[in-house]
Amino acid sequence: MNGYAVPALVAVTLLTLVIGAFGVRLGRTTSDFLVASRSVSPTWNAAAISGEYLSAASFLGVAGLVLKHGVDMLWYPVGFAAGYLALLLFVAAPLRRSGAFTLPDFCELRLGSTGLRKLATAFVIFIGWLYLVPQLRGAGLTLRVVTHGRYELGVLVVGVVVTANVALGGMRAITFVQAFQYWLKLVALAVPVAFLLLHWQADGRPAVTPPGGPVFAHATTVRFDQETGFTLTAPVVVQVPTGALDGASGTVPLAAGGHRVTAGARVLFPAGAEVPRVRDVDVDRGADWLLPFQPGDRGLFGTYSLILATFLGTMGLPHVLVRFYTNPDGSAARRTTLVVLGLVGLFYLLPTLYGVLGRVYTPHLLLTGQTDAVVLLLPGAVVGGTGGELLGALVAAGAFAAFLSTSSGLLTSVAGVLSTDLLGRGSVRDFRIAALVAGAVPLALALRVDTLDVSEAVGLAFAVAASSFCPMLVLGIWWRGLTDVGAAAGVLVGGGAAAAAVLATVLGAPSHGWAAVLLGQPAAATVPLAFLVMIGVSLATRRRVPANVGATMLRLHAPDALRL
Amino acid sequence: MTAPVPPHADTPRRVRVVLADAARERRARQARVELAEQTRVGEALVKGLMRAQLALALRLAAVVAIGLGALPLFFAAAPTVAARRPFGVPLPWLLLGVAAYPFLLGVGWAYVHLTERNERDFTDLVERP
Repeated sequence: MNGYAVPALVAVTLLTLVIGAFGVRLGRTTSDFLVASRSVSPTWNAAAISGEYLSAASFLGVAGLVLKHGVDMLWYPVGFAAGYLALLLFVAAPLRRSGAFTLPDFCELRLGSTGLRKLATAFVIFIGWLYLVPQLRGAGLTLRVVTHGRYELGVLVVGVVVTANVALGGMRAITFVQAFQYWLKLVALAVPVAFLLLHWQADGRPAVTPPGGPVFAHATTVRFDQETGFTLTAPVVVQVPTGALDGASGTVPLAAGGHRVTAGARVLFPAGAEVPRVRDVDVDRGADWLLPFQPGDRGLFGTYSLILATFLGTMGLPHVLVRFYTNPDGSAARRTTLVVLGLVGLFYLLPTLYGVLGRVYTPHLLLTGQTDAVVLLLPGAVVGGTGGELLGALVAAGAFAAFLSTSSGLLTSVAGVLSTDLLGRGSVRDFRIAALVAGAVPLALALRVDTLDVSEAVGLAFAVAASSFCPMLVLGIWWRGLTDVGAAAGVLVGGGAAAAAVLATVLGAPSHGWAAVLLGQPAAATVPLAFLVMIGVSLATRRRVPANVGATMLRLHAPDALRL
Repeated sequence: MTAPVPPHADTPRRVRVVLADAARERRARQARVELAEQTRVGEALVKGLMRAQLALALRLAAVVAIGLGALPLFFAAAPTVAARRPFGVPLPWLLLGVAAYPFLLGVGWAYVHLTERNERDFTDLVERP
């Protein structure tokens, strides 16, 4: 139990509310409320976009995946950053010039179809909720790990604070909150990592991948939440103060081979002991972890699918696009994106280090499978004492900032489309009601879902976005021949297939063979499918190309300097 | 924005009149009208700009596709190279964990630079036919 963690979490939450309230006083009109009156400077805007983007998946999940699976997982952060390059190259400036605030707005502006607008609204809501659930889950996990409090409490606290802040504050307030939260997240990872590296250096740089597999750096007590079977390759003597190991407790000598431990048991492994293998926890060891594509890994298809989903999915995320409207013109949108690329890249240098050092100092997470907690536990495990607790509190505060900012952004955009397209006509009051509805659903879902890998769930949201909105945006901006029927068909087929794969994965799909790879990482199949269907159907319905497509293209592409 | 008020705010500023400027302004207005009214000339101009911008974006996307996208294939095809350890860190960790980010930023910077040049060329073309 970390005594400084709870005050740190309370402080972050209060600061968020205070800065939000400060922003409310600045925002006086409806347009201030919804789009920050387009008067946010590029640096503030870029920090806000980065703050909003770096979610629980980035802050906790990436390090956890690196700890578990090693180098192949580095494609997640690289893809999360590269997504902004794709956005910059193909979408940023034209989208800003189009004047669209949300994705449904863009559909209507470019293709003039209200049916397509409704379809886009449905996808925005689906992607938003799919992305919100793991954020809330991360919050519950953090509270459980840091304070040994209840999972449900963390979910509720973050859910309620975010919903209230969005409903009361609107976009202007959110901008300041999120810019602050980017810097908080960066500091919360950067300061502890400096201490961790110094300690690692002082310990004589223990090997990250010892030849016999991971070992316990210190004597470590492992708590098993459920009955677990594990195997050892060498004999070791352990202490079992609570519960039973192979039916015995107290001092238990273990031979090489298989053993069973009861639920709720605590087992003390001595320093230098080998970390046993657990059958149910999928972990890469030795060369699998260190080098790409050893036999038994997900293989090339999975990796390319992940690359495609993250590279192309970012531009289709609803909370990312809303932000572009706050730039004054197209070239400001480009410059903002470039700054975001730098800020996000800077951040992603850090989680990898946590994953790698976690291999040395918190290998017991490999036994229990709770690898998402590595960022939270590592500072305490390495530094120890008051210093360790303070660093642990800082990291927990950063994690909370990550949930608060990403969920605020997602909620703002889901509530935005709900209030303009389904519940009302976009007044401030409609927006507030929509925010309550948009917040309640994922909150209810997150309270029920307890077994969901944070980063993988977020990866699935990227896959759906890449297979639905990415083709529509890219073709809509660069191809005159796109029709409303073609766009709708592509979104339905590509996005629908990706969404079906997501639901199959969440509901428990096969975990072996090609079906598992295809359902777990659908993008490499569904993105090309969406593009092909969109182009094919558009060509077949050529007569439906909007009459004003020339004027729209001029608006999207004419340089800002011309002021047409 | 409030600019400081100059000492003699009511005296009209002296403006040098150059006939060529006026002619240029007239031509520019004409070009803008052509663009806005979707004449064949205007349409051709916009199509040319779009083609240039798309070609630039695709070229830089290809740079990333080759620079980053080919890495999984490369690691799979040449495992001995992937196992090398410059600075004591295996090559894939160094490339994906560190080098990828400055690379992406560099490509982004080049794009902003080049696309703004395309737009300047277009503006010059429109305003100085």
